[in-house]
Amino acid sequence: MTDFSRKNNLKIAIVGNPNSGKSTVFNALTGMNQKVANFPGVTVEKRTGFFTLENNSGQKTSVEIIDLPGCYSLYPKSIDEQIPFQVLCDPDDDSHPDAVIVIADASNLKRSLFLCSQIIDLKIPTVLALNMIDLAERKGLVIDTKKLSEKLGITIIPMNARNKQGIPGLKQALTGSLPHPDAYFTDVKKYSPGITEEIKNVIHVKSDYAAFQVVNNFEWIASLHLKTDKTEKLRKIISDKNFKAKEAQAKETLERYEVITSLIKEVVREEGTMKGTHIRSKKIDNVLTHRIFGYIIFLVVLFLIFQAIFAWASYPMDLVDSFFAWSKQKVVGAMPAGMLSDLLVNGIIAGLNGVVIFVPQIALLFAFIAVLEDTGYMARVSFMMDKLLRGFGLNGKSVIPLISGVACAVPAIMSARTIQNRKERLITIMVTPLMSCSARLPVYTLLISLIIPSGFFYGVNVQGLVLFGMYLIGFVAAIGAAWLMKFIIRVKEKSFFIMELPLYRLPRFSNIGMQIIEKVKVFLFDAGKVIMAISIVLWGLSSNAPGNKFEEIEKKYEPASQNYDIPAEEIARQMKSEKLESSYAGILGQWIEPAIKPLGFDWKIGIALITSFAAREVFVGTMSTIYSAGDEGTHSMTVREKMQSEINPDTLKPRYDFATGFSLMLFYAFAMQCMSTLAVVKRETHSWKWPLIQFAYMGALAYVASLIAYQLLK
Amino acid sequence: MTLDKLPPGSEAIIESFTDDDIKLKLLEMGCLPGEKISVVRYAPLGDPIAVSVSGYLLSMRRDEAACVEVTQI
Repeated sequence: MTDFSRKNNLKIAIVGNPNSGKSTVFNALTGMNQKVANFPGVTVEKRTGFFTLENNSGQKTSVEIIDLPGCYSLYPKSIDEQIPFQVLCDPDDDSHPDAVIVIADASNLKRSLFLCSQIIDLKIPTVLALNMIDLAERKGLVIDTKKLSEKLGITIIPMNARNKQGIPGLKQALTGSLPHPDAYFTDVKKYSPGITEEIKNVIHVKSDYAAFQVVNNFEWIASLHLKTDKTEKLRKIISDKNFKAKEAQAKETLERYEVITSLIKEVVREEGTMKGTHIRSKKIDNVLTHRIFGYIIFLVVLFLIFQAIFAWASYPMDLVDSFFAWSKQKVVGAMPAGMLSDLLVNGIIAGLNGVVIFVPQIALLFAFIAVLEDTGYMARVSFMMDKLLRGFGLNGKSVIPLISGVACAVPAIMSARTIQNRKERLITIMVTPLMSCSARLPVYTLLISLIIPSGFFYGVNVQGLVLFGMYLIGFVAAIGAAWLMKFIIRVKEKSFFIMELPLYRLPRFSNIGMQIIEKVKVFLFDAGKVIMAISIVLWGLSSNAPGNKFEEIEKKYEPASQNYDIPAEEIARQMKSEKLESSYAGILGQWIEPAIKPLGFDWKIGIALITSFAAREVFVGTMSTIYSAGDEGTHSMTVREKMQSEINPDTLKPRYDFATGFSLMLFYAFAMQCMSTLAVVKRETHSWKWPLIQFAYMGALAYVASLIAYQLLK
Repeated sequence: MTLDKLPPGSEAIIESFTDDDIKLKLLEMGCLPGEKISVVRYAPLGDPIAVSVSGYLLSMRRDEAACVEVTQI
């Protein structure tokens, strides 16, 4: 029995099987009061929330609650699963809680009670929330909660987290005393004779079961918490006693299930058909995973999602652009012209604009993906795609990152976390940026309008076809690269695809809302920081020139500005263009020209390539400036005309002929020109090694492809 | 026989496992020796397979299913 009524602060962990409604309970307890970080050393999300408990005498306790990743058992089998194990079995862990809330799916008690019994045996104060109790009732299950509570020896709260039913009861239970059984569910000493006591001398755990868990799985925590002398002692104990960990673990699991099964027989009665919801799911599956229709339906769903995103996102995106244009005007009006004003307007505000503009698309995409996941459909998609993708070193679950990459690689790469196998996850992360993201779209649109004639070919819009072709090229490159990496990357880890296919259900919109907010926040603050930084650096490079260059140019334009026959805007644009050419950015462009000439590019394109390193779509704006076409943003009509009339001094023919244009499109299709993507890859892979490799291989691919294309087509 | 050889729609009893890691993973998910397991369907390309056991639906690759010894009923 533990009494929490006197504590001021409480640390609680919440655990449960996947699909047991754990996140719904977490959200119900914490509301918006949550934050997301990472557990140290692994890319597993650490979601922490806060709420306050008030007991009968009015005393308040502040509670920090940690959402541990869903698991079926404490025994870890992958890096992600090691978190619940580590946090609960190691009393010295930073996140080790004072109490645990176990969330059980009331209609699938056997599995949930397996996990619950493991936690009870760790001797940590435990409360069991019997969630989705309404579903169990509908299935005709009658659970004697009082008897179950007696048999388990802990407090049980029946719950329907969607309706917040049971949440007050849960809070109430946490303010009082929590009963705990003295006995263990299984006798681990049988499977590890003489070992548990010795383990307890090395690691200071209270319970025999915790000691048993540690000796079976200490390699999982060795790298993080134990000092080497302790791991040596543990290894010695194991070899001395000739202890076979996996065997012991299997036997103990079997015994535990026997205990749970007979316990359930005494407290659960089935009255009525269990089969109803299963039959419904099965019928839906017959259609959705049909060998032909399954794939067709999936493609249709994809198509609809992308249509929706492009259609619905354009209005908020226009709003964003208007807002930032207005901000620029305000700043210009409020400040004297000069370096600071220019930095604010063209560096910072422009940078912010470039980041925020993507929020509508990202939010919408995540909303759709979250809905598909929540309903259970995504699991079916992975199921259908797994065999195809495995041939390319990917996993059925790689579908989500690949699809998301067509909107933006940054959140796409984050969603690769659901892939447990390290090699498959790594390959997915490495190739996702080859999927043509939305930043490439303005580039493609401009270049296609330059080099592809408008019109129809047997009823199909030619320009549209070429655009589709570019997306296809991106996809082919992605799976091609994946296939190559399959042979090159060596990671020793067993791959499991064993996955539960949950029953279909309606999406929970409050959960989805939370997820969207979370993902957008990560994008804004992680990717955003990087884009901003690079934007400012590039602004610096393009607004500064060596020596007095800029003053000289301004002097040159003096007489013209006195002539009122020439519109002031025209003069301003010409001057701006010349300034750009003589700036550091311009110098860099001219410096790399020899390297990019074989690709059909000149130094003007070189400048655009350099500025595109902040973000790809900067290409259009840069082209506008270079060709002094004015600040048209994405309306590139005037830019196009100017580019069309540009003559290549070497050949005396148009600069933007088919060869150069196509070569440039290929370059943008393959090159890694997104600092935020590199930043996210670094975060997800925990080192600079992989983003650098990614930058190198994509750059090489872009260079070679452009080279071949230009040389063949010119 | 092994689980991967069972045709869709058939039922079997789980006997044993031939791989320790798969064994542990499946045990924890309720696939215990003596439990009834039925093959619901194959994926459109034949792999993975979906099985119903202990009240819920699991999907696993054929090479994983090949580690499960079953007796058809």
